[in-house]
Amino acid sequence: MSDAAQYLVTGLTLGSIYALVALGFVTVFSVTGVINFAQGEFVMLGAMLAAQFVQVGAPLPLAALLAVAGAALVGALVFEVGLRPARGASELAMIIITIGASTAIRGAALLAWGTDPRPLAAFTPGPPIELAGAAVVRQSLWVLGATAAVLVALHLFFSTTAMGRALRACAVNAVAARLVGISPRHTGLAAFVLSGAVGAVAGVVLAPLSYATYDMGLMLGLKGFVGAVLGGMANPSGAVAGGLALGLLEAFGTPISSAYKDAAAFIVLILAMLLRPGGLFGRGLGRGSL
Amino acid sequence: MVVRPVRQVIFLLPALALLLAACAPAAAPSPTAAPAKPAATAAPAKPAEKPAATAAPAKPAPTAAAKAEEKPATGEPYKIGAIFDITGGGSSLGVPERDTIKMLEAEVNARGGIKGPDGKLHPVQVVLYDNQSQESQSVLVAKRLIEEDKVPVILGATQSGTTLAMVDTIQKAQVPLISAAASIRIVEPVAEHKWVFKTPQSDVLIHSVLVEYLKAKGLTRVAWMSVNNAFGDSGRDEFQKAAPAAGIQIVANERFGAEDKDMSAQLTKIRGTDANALIIWAIPPAASVATKNAADLGIKIPVFQSHGIGNQDFITLAGPAANGVVFPVGKLLVADSLADSDAQKKVLLDYTAAYQKAYGKGPTTFGGHAWDCFWIAVRAMEKAGPNPSAIRDQLEQIKDFVGITGVFNFSPQDHNGLDRRAVTMVKIVDGKWKATD
Amino acid sequence: MSWLGVPRRDWVILAAVAVVVGAAPLAVSRYYLSILVTVGVYGMATVGLCLLAGYARQISLGHAAFYGLGAYASGLLAARWDWSPWITIPVGVLGSGLVAWLLGRPVLRLSGHYLAMATLGLGIVFQVALNELTELTGGPSGFSGIPSVPLAWLPFNSEVRSLYLVWALCLALLGLALWLVNTRIGRVLRAIGESELAAELLGLDTAAWKVRVFALSAAYAALAGALYAHYVTFLSPAPFGFMFSLELLVMATIGGLASVWGGLLGAGIVVVLTETLRSALPKSLPGSSGELELILFGLALVAIMALRPSGLAGLGRVLLGRWAPRAALATPTEAVEAESVGEAARVGS
Repeated sequence: MSDAAQYLVTGLTLGSIYALVALGFVTVFSVTGVINFAQGEFVMLGAMLAAQFVQVGAPLPLAALLAVAGAALVGALVFEVGLRPARGASELAMIIITIGASTAIRGAALLAWGTDPRPLAAFTPGPPIELAGAAVVRQSLWVLGATAAVLVALHLFFSTTAMGRALRACAVNAVAARLVGISPRHTGLAAFVLSGAVGAVAGVVLAPLSYATYDMGLMLGLKGFVGAVLGGMANPSGAVAGGLALGLLEAFGTPISSAYKDAAAFIVLILAMLLRPGGLFGRGLGRGSL
Repeated sequence: MVVRPVRQVIFLLPALALLLAACAPAAAPSPTAAPAKPAATAAPAKPAEKPAATAAPAKPAPTAAAKAEEKPATGEPYKIGAIFDITGGGSSLGVPERDTIKMLEAEVNARGGIKGPDGKLHPVQVVLYDNQSQESQSVLVAKRLIEEDKVPVILGATQSGTTLAMVDTIQKAQVPLISAAASIRIVEPVAEHKWVFKTPQSDVLIHSVLVEYLKAKGLTRVAWMSVNNAFGDSGRDEFQKAAPAAGIQIVANERFGAEDKDMSAQLTKIRGTDANALIIWAIPPAASVATKNAADLGIKIPVFQSHGIGNQDFITLAGPAANGVVFPVGKLLVADSLADSDAQKKVLLDYTAAYQKAYGKGPTTFGGHAWDCFWIAVRAMEKAGPNPSAIRDQLEQIKDFVGITGVFNFSPQDHNGLDRRAVTMVKIVDGKWKATD
Repeated sequence: MSWLGVPRRDWVILAAVAVVVGAAPLAVSRYYLSILVTVGVYGMATVGLCLLAGYARQISLGHAAFYGLGAYASGLLAARWDWSPWITIPVGVLGSGLVAWLLGRPVLRLSGHYLAMATLGLGIVFQVALNELTELTGGPSGFSGIPSVPLAWLPFNSEVRSLYLVWALCLALLGLALWLVNTRIGRVLRAIGESELAAELLGLDTAAWKVRVFALSAAYAALAGALYAHYVTFLSPAPFGFMFSLELLVMATIGGLASVWGGLLGAGIVVVLTETLRSALPKSLPGSSGELELILFGLALVAIMALRPSGLAGLGRVLLGRWAPRAALATPTEAVEAESVGEAARVGS
């Protein structure tokens, strides 16, 4: 019994991280129609920058804030330098641009920080909390909390602010949005800034659990993409559900066979998609174009 | 497709600069393209001179010799090729290897170069490439070193896969390779791998020491978990072979990914067994994550790890959870606590100090493997000059070479040349390495 | 103006490439030949990917698995059971095509991102299988002892033999692709790429056609993989992961998905760019390695795609446009859009 509780805790923690990455994918995709393969690098930047700022003496909240701002800035840069000049290009061309951007960001991180993994202290130190027989690491609670907070914040942003409404309009119908004077340049930029920030949040809360390395973005980007697709690609709540589903699949698959857990997770997901080819968690807002 | 011209120019400038750089020097033919070729048969006939030249095998053997005589004339540069996994999956190993080689190249040139068999001092020129941790790139780079740069000896690569991929190329081209990767299959069977040598300890050696230690402590029910790459796979394979003979039973056998963020699930399963020792076979950060997860889950049995955690990162990352971890590794980490009579002590301390000075942090055992590769190649070139087959023959003659990994004794039957003195058990106490037995 | 329905211009370029490659051993060292071999191997796989992703517009993020399947099937049969590579290569290629055909039937019912994710998943399942079926595959450490393709009767050294073998097959496959896209099959694929719904309404069995082109492009990748296996003579799971799937897609897109030439061109550009960076950087910036290559490679990708989103094959078309008639040079989408759906309908009926 306590074992099952432990797997649940592990799965939810991992799943929340995947969910945060997936939220970044969905934000960019629903507004611009671009699958951003540099999303994982935003996570890496969040983790690396936070560890770096703490190391030079910044208090954790400031370091986290700076890291999120830094990743958001890089997000803006990716859009302005890479994607905007290519507007109107095919979906695949856009994907290749984001792959190029992610390669360059990874190379820059390797040059700046080297290969050594960097630690970041847990936000609240202390022994794990005992819960229904499961040991819950305190940082896990931060991860869960951050995911919930980001989801709520995104929801409020999209529904109450003018910029959020503009983004949503773009997602629903890009042409109509343009006709009423919403600039796709501004919404695209906003979406990338936002996804950079969301990715960085994932990196900051993850770093105390599994450290920051210059190449952590690859794997996380992959898992986040899977979570986003499962959730229908254009739907924030779906993305969170998709990310959590993937995390739980991995955690509960491990005790059955840790060797085949990744394969098993994907086989289950593919079968699930075949049974529900419209996405597992409902349809999203639709997709616009850049 | 409306792009403002300014942006086009910004993009094109670096591309142009690169092209220019690529074309300009390519026209000049390499001056060392055709080294004088001494008869290949001359070399193997003289193994007898060993004791005189190598009696004092402390690191700067050539320095002492060079200083005794008056300054010899300067000859043409000797080239040494090097291939490491500098970017991609093997980068945490490959970067310290690259840094070590760069440091040693500067060190040798600062004192004039390598004293060749012609009595002249030859500056050393290391031609170093990144294979991006990709096997296909390894092959291309090896061919580049052999065909274009015409190096007489190659160091690397970092990982077993990237090394094994170029073995065929090396064998066909007949240029000696000294690898910094661990797998025993790199050098065996020796008859088919005549041109290939390696410096890290093989898993067989590591496990013989580990298993002996476990047996001595009465830890006979072992839970095993390893990373699912070549390092973890080879470790698991050899442990499964070595354990039964010592009466050790493997009660759990779990796997995890090198980039997994949490191993609690595997450890929860292990917690449910009656194991009295836990072995984790991986490198940081995964090794540190697993160690911390084990502590968080309240797993109290002693934790053992591999020689893959032989750098400060592991301790920094795992924090207090690292304390008590025991692992088999070379002597580099515990150099200052070695007895003064230990042959390796001076070499180890010198390397540590030099690396610390050059890069502001302590060396890793991986950098140590590259150190061994470099000096072994230099040692062979002192006798053989820049001739591939003569270098190969000299490599097989190397005896009592005191390196970072251990004391090497190569022979036509043994292209690794280490014995069990190259492995010691180290325990982490209060965040510091301590030799233990 | 054309032979077998393929514009003469394409045959001329194909012949020119063949002559250049054939003469290469006279002019350059073995190192440059090995670069050409690599271009030929990757080019083969990307030409197949162009058919799938460029014409039928079905994205695959798991093509490295078919490349790997061809490599392992042929490599294992030859190394473990001593079959001749002349038998193992066709077996590997046909086997991989068959596997792709079987898997494609369910998986290609998905479209867009779901297809991308499903193919990605297939790639990962394959990777896990290579790692875990250690008895068969040698696990993560891989296995060596794969024989080279027996061509010793040719009066060349081993590098030249590999070069001629790889490029003979590469150009043959390219010719096959050129012929295919100029037949009615090509128009069917384009129709599916333009609008699956429209193609279906016109009576085309889109599901069956998608599976066929998927299997064909998998067979292209498998032949490339098999040749890689017999060229390097060592296999481990590392080169067949998700990263290589992405790299194949990068090559195809950079070259230009709208034409099968784009596949070969993209493979050439990526391989040559990597090698140029490797040799140019240490000369222009002493002391640099690895890290800077990575950064500049990434930036080059961004620059190429930002400046020429349709790929570089289009650039060649612009240059060629000075002397070739416009109609023959139009991109498939431009030229075919108007007629293809109607034409395709006739095929289906």
